[in-house]
Amino acid sequence: MMSGSAAFSEAANAGGFLLVLAVSLPTAGMLLSVLGARLAARAAPILMLAGLGVAIAIAIEVWRAEQPLVYFVGGWVPPLGLALRADGLSAAMLATTAIVVCATGLYGRAAFRVPAGVSETRAPLVFWVLLMAVWAALNLVFLGDDLFNLYVALELLTFAAVPLVCLDGRAETLAAALRYLLFALLGSVLYLLGVGLLYGGYGTLDIVLLSGVVRPEPIAFATLGLMTAGLLAKTALFPLHLWLPPAHAGAPPAASAVLSGLVVKASFFLVVRLWFDVMPGLLNLVAAQVLSTLGAGAILVGSVLALRQARLKLLIAYSTIAQIGYLFLMFPLAGASSAQFGSNVALTGGMLQAVSHAFAKAAMFMSAGLIAEALGHDRITELRGVGQMLPVTVFAFGAAALSLVGLPPSGGFVAKWLLLTAAMTAGQWWWALVMLLGGLLAGGYMLRVLAPVLTDASEPLMPRVPILRSRELVVLALALCSMLLGILPLRPFGLLQIGRPPTSEARSR
Amino acid sequence: MSAATLFGWCGAALVGLGLYGLITHPHPLRKILAFNLIGSGVFLLFGVVARRGAAAGMGGDPVPQALVITGIVVAFSATALAIALLLRIFRQTGQATVSSESKHPPERSADS
Repeated sequence: MMSGSAAFSEAANAGGFLLVLAVSLPTAGMLLSVLGARLAARAAPILMLAGLGVAIAIAIEVWRAEQPLVYFVGGWVPPLGLALRADGLSAAMLATTAIVVCATGLYGRAAFRVPAGVSETRAPLVFWVLLMAVWAALNLVFLGDDLFNLYVALELLTFAAVPLVCLDGRAETLAAALRYLLFALLGSVLYLLGVGLLYGGYGTLDIVLLSGVVRPEPIAFATLGLMTAGLLAKTALFPLHLWLPPAHAGAPPAASAVLSGLVVKASFFLVVRLWFDVMPGLLNLVAAQVLSTLGAGAILVGSVLALRQARLKLLIAYSTIAQIGYLFLMFPLAGASSAQFGSNVALTGGMLQAVSHAFAKAAMFMSAGLIAEALGHDRITELRGVGQMLPVTVFAFGAAALSLVGLPPSGGFVAKWLLLTAAMTAGQWWWALVMLLGGLLAGGYMLRVLAPVLTDASEPLMPRVPILRSRELVVLALALCSMLLGILPLRPFGLLQIGRPPTSEARSR
Repeated sequence: MSAATLFGWCGAALVGLGLYGLITHPHPLRKILAFNLIGSGVFLLFGVVARRGAAAGMGGDPVPQALVITGIVVAFSATALAIALLLRIFRQTGQATVSSESKHPPERSADS
């Protein structure tokens, strides 16, 4: 019984093949990497450059055409076939992912080098295969238009991300990986249950088609609740955050950057798709308040726990929990403000927070990795003199910290400013209060790191191992990306609005 | 009570049992089994959903059946990955638990 009487409103366009390239390029890279780590390290720059080019081409194409790019797999139109669809949100996330993955690849080349005289070692081989697999899965999550297809993409992402946690094979990281996997499995099975109910209720899983037929009724509430709960477990939103700190702090720095910057954003992205695209009519509900209450809890609990950490990487991991909280503040605000604005301030703020946090957190994990490599430890109280020893790395760390705290000039500042504005115009001032408190706490935990780092040691420190200047520059470039987002004029953020479904008032007209 | 409703209730019961097991049992192997129990419940539900097609005069809706097959493959891979991790942990530590002292990864010499 196909109730997909609502025909797919958008036609496939010429740029659609770019979407196929965005998924198939990293997949090809993954298959190529299986052949050997040396080959992978040699082919990676070309693949990453090509992937970055595709992501930028998609963004330009969406921006220019002011409509989403659509591709029908095999020429079959939904509800029978599957569609790949890139709207403004997808384009922004694709570009962010490409930049962070490229930086991770360049940074990881030195860390995961096959030693001379050895034909193959496990860690480099697995690193390249998994990096490419994560990239392919992320791109599929951002482009998928079918909820079951997205389930498969999300699972591919989990299967690639979990082994990244335990690349070094120590028992502690293995345990952290298993715990991560168990949370992720609970999340995915709840999501799948929601998908089944949704198909039972409406006979299609295509997001564009669903947005036209879903009504506020019990089955929609049940699926929204199940799928959101599942995705929150994967996003590590408080109180489902317990798996994140050991997993992200125990992984090698290059892996942590991808996990903390990008992987948790994929499931967040699907929450946005669900609430804004599949069921836009449900945003005004009390349920949206529940989401942002959890977000507020994440900001406060994550920040306070970050303040209490003795180890740099754990502090950064707890700060991820807090920053994820900000993402969820946008849900009730978007519901309240969409009626007053042509463009949705809260949605723009939330997505900008996702993007700038991806750059800042990746830069921060990588700089912490360089510091730990040079010192041989990452105990916060013993970081004296690092500022003299690694000035470029420490500058990158500081620039990333600006974005996390929300100080200008940084993407984090603009994101939090937009969310604050949305909170005040929506008359929900209590969220603004939480954001300001979160900013203060973030300032506190970043100062805890920067104060010893910037204090000169009694005698100049020498790095235990030489730190390549090129790796420092990669970290700096990422940190500058997060700062640049704060200097850009606001106009490019209009990209985020392209391809959004019309608001409920507009549709009822 | 129709057959579809009965199967629906069975699926719901399996999901409930699995969820209880996943949350209450501390042992990872039991958690993995509980996850498979939830999975079975969900797949049963997909089967029930496929009966929608029967109402429209078709033998059954083939789409949920295709989804179930993919879902089983995914659940199988997930279980295999989890078991492999658990085995590695057992080989290294001699116990198959995810205890809480592993929350703070200890000092490492070469952080890369």
